Amino acid sequence: MATHCVDRELLNDWHIVADQESLSQDVPFSTRLLGVDLVVRKHSNKIEVVRNDTGDVLKSAERYGFVWTCLDKPWRDIIYIPEANEADRHLVSGGSIAVKVSGLRAVENFLDMGHFPFIHTGWLGEEPHTEVVPYKVEITPQDEVLATECKFYQPIASPTAKEGFVVEYIYKVIRPYTVALYKSNPIQKGRLDVITLFVQPVDEENCVAHPYLCYLKEGMDAATVRSFMQLIFAQDKPILENQVPKRLPLDPRAETPIRADAVSVSYRRWLRDRAVTYGAIPAQI
Amino acid sequence: MLEEARSRWHPIAAAHDLPFRHVFHGQLLGREFAVWRADDGYVNIWENRCLHRGVRLSIGINDGRELKCQYHGWRYSNRTAGCTYIPAHPADAPARTITNRTFPAVERYGLVWSSEEPRGEVPEIAGLAEGKLLALRGIAVNAPADKVVERLRAYRFQPNGAIDGEGADILVEAAQDFAVALRSRASSAETQGVFFVQPVDSNRSVIRGVLDQEAEGAARIAILRHHNERLSKLRDEVERDVANAPAPAPLEPVYERVSAELAEMPEVTTHGRKAALRVSVARKWQAADGIAGFELRPIKGILPTFQPGAHIDVHMPNGEIRQYSITNGPGETDSFTIGVKLERDSKGGSKCMHETVREGDVLAISEPRNNFPLRRDAIKTLFVAGGIGITPLLAMAQALKNQELAHELHYFAQGEEHLAFADRLKHLGDALKPHLGLSPDATGAELRQLLAGYRNGMHLYICGPGPMLEAARKIAAEQGWPDSAVHFEYFKNTNKIDDSSSFEVALARSCVTLQVPAGKTIMQVMRESGIDVPSSCEQGACGTCVATLIEGEPDHQDVYLNDAERKAGTKIMTCVSRAKSARLVLDI
Repeated sequence: MATHCVDRELLNDWHIVADQESLSQDVPFSTRLLGVDLVVRKHSNKIEVVRNDTGDVLKSAERYGFVWTCLDKPWRDIIYIPEANEADRHLVSGGSIAVKVSGLRAVENFLDMGHFPFIHTGWLGEEPHTEVVPYKVEITPQDEVLATECKFYQPIASPTAKEGFVVEYIYKVIRPYTVALYKSNPIQKGRLDVITLFVQPVDEENCVAHPYLCYLKEGMDAATVRSFMQLIFAQDKPILENQVPKRLPLDPRAETPIRADAVSVSYRRWLRDRAVTYGAIPAQI
Repeated sequence: MLEEARSRWHPIAAAHDLPFRHVFHGQLLGREFAVWRADDGYVNIWENRCLHRGVRLSIGINDGRELKCQYHGWRYSNRTAGCTYIPAHPADAPARTITNRTFPAVERYGLVWSSEEPRGEVPEIAGLAEGKLLALRGIAVNAPADKVVERLRAYRFQPNGAIDGEGADILVEAAQDFAVALRSRASSAETQGVFFVQPVDSNRSVIRGVLDQEAEGAARIAILRHHNERLSKLRDEVERDVANAPAPAPLEPVYERVSAELAEMPEVTTHGRKAALRVSVARKWQAADGIAGFELRPIKGILPTFQPGAHIDVHMPNGEIRQYSITNGPGETDSFTIGVKLERDSKGGSKCMHETVREGDVLAISEPRNNFPLRRDAIKTLFVAGGIGITPLLAMAQALKNQELAHELHYFAQGEEHLAFADRLKHLGDALKPHLGLSPDATGAELRQLLAGYRNGMHLYICGPGPMLEAARKIAAEQGWPDSAVHFEYFKNTNKIDDSSSFEVALARSCVTLQVPAGKTIMQVMRESGIDVPSSCEQGACGTCVATLIEGEPDHQDVYLNDAERKAGTKIMTCVSRAKSARLVLDI
């Protein structure tokens, strides 16, 4: 579904189009963003992003180990992640994973705790510990969706966890296709591990998820962090690819929310209010 | 042609596509189906989409009674497609109206038939005798149905009896939009083959052939291979025919919207004391000494979804209304089974059921209501049943057994002959622990023993006669069980109701203030003002008429709320409870 994007919110924003590690000198890397075919080239260590249809060279940037581009004039800077400046953290990508579903569905899945016992069985959840207790959702002054006091029993919450415990989460939807998760570190209790999921909207029904991990190094090596993320995401992928329809319906009556979905209800409303339509099925009026 | 096709019956699977506990992914006219056979034989054809987040149910789990969605473990019942459990909220009973879209299913000629909006019946094919047929393997073709039918008219095959020969005579006996009937003759051998074409989508079809003779062993394999090869060749030809023409656009299925009410996830549904369902007594038997079992079947249509712990109101021929728990296991949705104990001091309820109601009688019942919901997130669940108190707990134990969750059912009764529903009990295996012929003191000692060792995450469900229930609750509290882990249901409220107070009730959302005089209940006064209040037992035992209390000091006279709930002072049973303060404010 290569329909054209008309959402200014997305056209005038930065998006990841490649992991720098997947680029080789002088080997063109083809990808697609918002239905537009692109080629990323690395030549004498300079990176260039070119539109296939017009041949225009787009504005690009390198940050957090990724190549970023914007199809139009950027209205704002790339998301700032303060934890990426802390020297005692691993800063790694969890791998760029293509998923045949709207990126908005991928973001919503990332916000969802109820599926842990069924999809991440034995890791992030386990029957019969299935209850999602009430948590708080608000829209921040920066216009982000913030969910706090999220608690869930997890048998193996992180690569170093030895036993099950109730884990506390904070979720934050920063932009329509970007969501972050903050999780208490098992060793340094006062600090949080951060996973930011940057979703590249390939087209309305396809995305590439680029999870960016900022984990405290203490007691953990980078490869373990990365492989844990890949294990978890590999469990989500087949479920996401079996969601019908592939785009996220914004009509409140398209699907049946329950109290556990408070954050996704807010997310869908927030998308509606911001007139985001790309990757969504707009609400019937 | 495809528009018209929506009102016709089409085969969507072969009967052999539905093996034990499988979920088959079917498709018709662009719409996907999750097709599954329950252990009782019923074929379910549902929209292939969980109502919660749209995940395909064809990747779900068929446990023989219910279909469980992979994503969040929502469970949908055999036959009704109603949701019976939402694991994220284990303490709640799901709204009964969360029901997936179902499509009709008919098994005929070794095929499973369905339709979006059927008019008429599954086509009658002369010469195809049920049970003596051979359904061929379905052949998927990337072409519109009419192109496939066109080619099928010239399909050539050997009769079963001369499968290795060549050059049989073929007669086209009938040809329609979605089927071709052919007869193949070679000397004395003769076989009729009917080839139905299932319109999967605008440009996709499946050929489902049926032969009028069955065959066994090697002969069967040879016949299947013969048609498989020839139909595959035919498929290649059709696909070549259409390769150059532009493919028609795929059909877009229309998904029905959920109700506005469901989109908001209401906490409680409201309905009065109504008996919308008509059932007939399909079977009445002695389920135990002094207990009659009744199997109630719908007069027409299907019964609504129930959850373990739910009860129905039975409206009796003598005008009495009583509540009985549904004892069914999950997915047993073709009838409701209840147990009625003959009460010695019966005021006409159980006496009428025992003496007057007979097999074949029609009764009016309410929709099932669940005020005794079962959590399924316990590390272990203990059920304590006394006498006829077995009925709701029996439904619960069968549900946990089905999901292989740890549980024990402690059944206190006078003797072996008093254990009701032996057939159902038998299936529970070792989880059933009968305690027979114990005195009240001995019962207390036994309860003390089995309620020792409470651990966080355990849950206890009690149902039985008042004194035993009181004793069990007291012992549980002494043994460290918190109120939140102890769930109970009284048969009736034996408290003497004091209705001498008079007070004012303000209904916050309705913006009305009512005066409740002595001798009348809050519920009666509300109903007199035209406010619909759901109710069932109307004596403070079942919990149906619960209202949220915003302000004021309640005078609880029910037996539904536990001590913590009473102390919290946020709920009130409007059928019996009253006010200690001059005014109550309810969230109604």
